[in-house]
Amino acid sequence: MGRITLEKVQKKFGEVEVIPPLDLTIEDGEFVVFVGPSGCGKSTLLRLIAGLEDVTAGEIRIDSKPATDLPPAKRGLAMVFQSYALYPHMSVRKNIAFPMKMAGMSQAEQDARIKKAADALNLTDYLDRRPGQLSGGQRQRVAIGRAIVREPSAFLFDEPLSNLDAALRVGMRLEISELHNRLATTMVYVTHDQVEAMTMADKIVVLRAGHIEQVGTPLELYHTPRNIFVAGFIGSPKMNLISGAAAQKHDAQTIGIRPEHLDVVESGGTFVGRVGVSEHLGSDTFFHVHLSEMEEPMTVRAGGEVGLRHGDTIHLVPQADKIHRFDDKGLRIA
Amino acid sequence: MARAVTPQKKIMWTALAWAFGLTMFFPIMWAFLTSFKTEATAIADPPVWFFFDWTLENYIDVQARSNYPKALMNSIIIAVGSTLLGILIAVPAAWAMAFVPGKRTKDVLLWMLSTKMLPAVGVLYPLVLLAKYFDVMDSRILLVVVLMLINLPIIVWMLYTYFREIPVDILEAARMDGAGLKSEILYVLTPMALPGIASTILLNIILAWNEAFWTIILTTVNAAPLTAFIASFSAPEGLFYAKLSAASMMAIAPILVMGWFSQKQLVRGLTFGAVK
Repeated sequence: MGRITLEKVQKKFGEVEVIPPLDLTIEDGEFVVFVGPSGCGKSTLLRLIAGLEDVTAGEIRIDSKPATDLPPAKRGLAMVFQSYALYPHMSVRKNIAFPMKMAGMSQAEQDARIKKAADALNLTDYLDRRPGQLSGGQRQRVAIGRAIVREPSAFLFDEPLSNLDAALRVGMRLEISELHNRLATTMVYVTHDQVEAMTMADKIVVLRAGHIEQVGTPLELYHTPRNIFVAGFIGSPKMNLISGAAAQKHDAQTIGIRPEHLDVVESGGTFVGRVGVSEHLGSDTFFHVHLSEMEEPMTVRAGGEVGLRHGDTIHLVPQADKIHRFDDKGLRIA
Repeated sequence: MARAVTPQKKIMWTALAWAFGLTMFFPIMWAFLTSFKTEATAIADPPVWFFFDWTLENYIDVQARSNYPKALMNSIIIAVGSTLLGILIAVPAAWAMAFVPGKRTKDVLLWMLSTKMLPAVGVLYPLVLLAKYFDVMDSRILLVVVLMLINLPIIVWMLYTYFREIPVDILEAARMDGAGLKSEILYVLTPMALPGIASTILLNIILAWNEAFWTIILTTVNAAPLTAFIASFSAPEGLFYAKLSAASMMAIAPILVMGWFSQKQLVRGLTFGAVK
């Protein structure tokens, strides 16, 4: 079981309020991702759940039991750190065994669990090495191994993939998702990378300056962002935000159109501009289009290769039902 | 581009280094030579360097006139005892200052260091009175406690510096893995700081071994360590350079040998943190 509830949880560092009082429920077995720009308080929120930071006010419950005043060791949670935080003076085997040793588990039980974890994570050949002798990906797997052996009620991940190179990151992303499917244990995952959030999460919590901007499934956030911040943060490349005359036509202060919802037409487009930088990915091409009425270039996704070059004039038509409208406070107009 | 090193430059620097090293080593070498001379040769003018009748007479004399094994044992007990007691107190203190610093941690550290600037003689009177009051004059336990107190600021400072090098993440990981404070310090912090703790122990044993002011003042017979043993050869009937040198050689030999074997550890300890 791993249901985590936060009630009016607040965190101040001295006079600075990092997390204003917030409520959040993480259901048992859910994969929840906290996402937001750096300094938004997502890591602090995770550390409050872990018990590595004390809350200034509010209540944290784990499995309906009050956990606010419990030290991290007594909360029954496991954490994977960005820096891996392996014990450098212990072999991989001892690293993985450490939480079980702390729990006073029998040697036979420890050995059995180490074997199981090492098999699952491809670490069998490395059990007697020190962390210093392993690659980044292997270290991260040891950190995960150390977390799973004690069968915690929830896993906490603090930007676990940031130190890995791009190829490894995609691989580890899949491994963690598979792990979640297999164990069905609650996972709370912090990242600033919205692609990680979209691909892994059952539920995303978007944070800005300690505030929860929106909570929802990845597709809810993609299709119905509650405000301009979420609209701009979720989706890659970023949603185009247009204000002025074009927005007023739709009775809105600002309208948002995702790059994939703009069609390139021969002539008579709603927007007419000049092609700037184009990014060719083979499957798609992203054009940065400069419009006379906008300062920022507009990003457009075209499927495959389109015969347009730098400086060419381009006509664009938005897909009518995919236009997001926002009022003067930046909130979504339904 | 790497700095060019010409053979001439290399020779010059090597010669300079040797000159410097020999100058530092000279007093020890002179005492070593003198310890094998007769008293008459020892004060000969001009001084005799290597060509004299080498004799072990001084060493035999010194042995006969005093109790070297007892002084050696006292030195070992006082130096090792005060260092270990200091470590026992300093590890938790340095842990607290490194990992849960308060508003005044820096001030406390500086204040601790400032006590090292106090002339030792300034606290002579109160210390002697206290020792008399508790009836511990000339006891090993008094020396262990006094030398521990004197070196404690240095022990805490050194450990604090080493602990600061340990990533907090790893200690937090231990906490998440179910380790209480005791297990965290015992299984994670201490093993990781072991090289640092080892050099702190080494350096403080040397400091305590060489401490002469308090060891000479606070002891007479029972707890007198090697420093008092050397001093006893300079006193009543005037100076006997050869015997004094022999006593000095016997007093510094153990620590010199220890220093020789732990050189690498000591240098690493003293420069720790400077290059990382």
